[in-house]
Formats: sequence, structure tokens, C-alpha cells
Amino acid sequence: MKRGHHGPALVLPVGDRDHAQGSPGAPVTLVEYGDYECPYCGQAYPIVKAVQKTLGSRLRFVFRNFPLSEMHPNAENAAEAAEAAGVLGKYWEMHDTLFEHQDALEPSDLVAHAAKLGLDSKRVAAELKSHTHAPRVREDFMSGVKSGVNGTPTFFINGERHDGPWDYQDLVSACEAAIEETVK
Amino acid sequence: MSERETQATSQHHGQALQPGSRAPEFTLKSTPDQAVSLSEFRGQPVILAFYPADWSPVCGDQMALYNEILPEFRRYQAELLGISVDGAWCHAAFATERKLHFPLLADFEPKGAVAQTYGVYRTSDGFSERALFVIDAEGVIRWSFVSPVGVNPGADGILAALEAIQQEVIK
Repeated sequence: MKRGHHGPALVLPVGDRDHAQGSPGAPVTLVEYGDYECPYCGQAYPIVKAVQKTLGSRLRFVFRNFPLSEMHPNAENAAEAAEAAGVLGKYWEMHDTLFEHQDALEPSDLVAHAAKLGLDSKRVAAELKSHTHAPRVREDFMSGVKSGVNGTPTFFINGERHDGPWDYQDLVSACEAAIEETVK
Repeated sequence: MSERETQATSQHHGQALQPGSRAPEFTLKSTPDQAVSLSEFRGQPVILAFYPADWSPVCGDQMALYNEILPEFRRYQAELLGISVDGAWCHAAFATERKLHFPLLADFEPKGAVAQTYGVYRTSDGFSERALFVIDAEGVIRWSFVSPVGVNPGADGILAALEAIQQEVIK
């Protein structure tokens, strides 16, 4: 039994608070709730990149944090590091770095990543230590829980939870179907 | 009742106990030498999460998710109880491996008896549905949901039900 179109939906609409790639006017928005230490999110990372390449300007991609901290001891810190980098203007650079180095997410690694990206690594280290960005990560997490996120990664396409597989072709087809509905 | 709740409760298949029913009492082992009764939690909300089995990948995700959300459930003073037909030793190994911080109850002997009283036992499979019940402080079922066995139901429905109960208490 599939929940189809009547399944869970995003309770926190995509807006200014979000980190987004692509135009707000794009006909389809793909939201991923993910965890930087989750191996499945690591698998999804190049798939999302490929989907973005295929759909081009028709797609807006948004990433929200859903760290499973009980299972992944570095996930919360990694999420906070991405937010810290975001404040300094390099959110996506850090996002990519984290997914490309899932084996290097200890606090010292995160600070080293920040330095490599040319960020003020002392500031990032201090913000990680004082958990400056924890409230933001928590807000992402709770918005996910209330929207029916049931593991990582969970995708929402134009606000509806995408159940089932998330291979390249699945995501492209689902996004294209959403585009058709929007254009109608 | 919110749209989401209406929608969720309308998706029952089978005869899972519906909102308004009194939650049947049970006593099950939580560890090889300890037992838990539902009535111990009178005065606070209880979440019953029936799931098919320890170790199967989707279940792991569901219980892991609830483990992460536990502080949120506790904000409503709610107690979460996981229930499957696995034995207490199996639960102990599973809970340790996944670092679960809530009890897993063994509906083991007679097998699936509690799941049957809640109307969520799959006789042909020998395990329960993936079913959720939110029970209020008086022991009345306030929300229930049966998910397709392969789909992790998430926690949004549980939180909405706990919120609704709390709103009523405040009034």
C-alpha cells in the first residue's frame, strides 16, 4: 500500500531560512533531510548532484539537517559545522566537503575543513565548542520529525514526502512528474 | 481533529483498536527478569509501537528514529514502549546494539497475544503489524495508525496526538 499523494507533507515551507541551490521560481523544489555521517546520505550525495545537472534551472535543491546523533556521534557537530560555514558564506562548499569526507568528521577534522575552505577556522572551532548553531540544527530536525521524516535521507518533492527508492532515475522521474503538475 | 489525523485514522486496514477504546491491559517482559504492565503508566500518556521484528532494516530505522525523538516524547511526559514477538534476550541484544533508551517488550508467550488484543497481529506471518497507539493518562486510546509493514511511519502522527491530548488537559 502506498501513501501516494496523500502522504506526509512539509510543515515548514521552504523559505529564506533555508540553504537552497537554484531559483526560487523553479517549478520543482527537492528538499533533502540528511545526516552527514549517514552512509545512505553519502550514497545520495552524487545522485542529487546528477539530478541537479539533468534538471538544471528547473530544479531548486534544499538541504536540511537531520542528524541521528544516537547512531552517529559526529553527525550533530558536522551539521553545526555546515551552518557555521553558512554564516561565513560557504555553506555549500562545506556541505560538499562533509559528504566527500564522511570518514573525517571528528571536531578537529571539521575545523581543518573550515581552514581549507579559507574560513576563519578559530571562529568555527569556537562556534562548534559552544554549539552556537545547535538551535538551528534542532529546528531543522524537528521540522523533519513533524513532516514525517522517517529515516535518512528523506526527500520531499514540492512539499510531498517521496516514498520508495531514490535512485537517479527515480528522483528525476518524480521531479519531472512534479514539474508537469506545476505547469498544468 | 486535524486533517492529518483524520487521514491517518482512515487508513486502518484490519481491526486495529480505534480511538475511544480502552487500551487493553497487559504485562510483558522488558528484560529476562523484569516485567512491565501498561497500568503502571496510568497518569501519563503512553505510546505503543508494535513492530514486526528486531533486526530487520526498516524496524531498526523506526526504533532508531524514536530513540532520537525520545526527548520530544518526554516533553509530553509520554512513555514509549516498543513491542514485538521477539524474546527478551533478543530485545536485550538489539537494544544494546542500537543504544535504545526505551523499553522493548516481548510479546513472546503466548506469541503475539497482546498484538491480538489490539487487533494488529498478522496470523499468517507470525508477527504484528507496524502499528502505533497513543494512549492518554486515563488509559484510553486516542490515536492509532497501522502502517504498511515496509514503511516506517515516522513520528509526526504520534507528536500530533500527544499535542492534542496536552491541549485538552490545558483547557
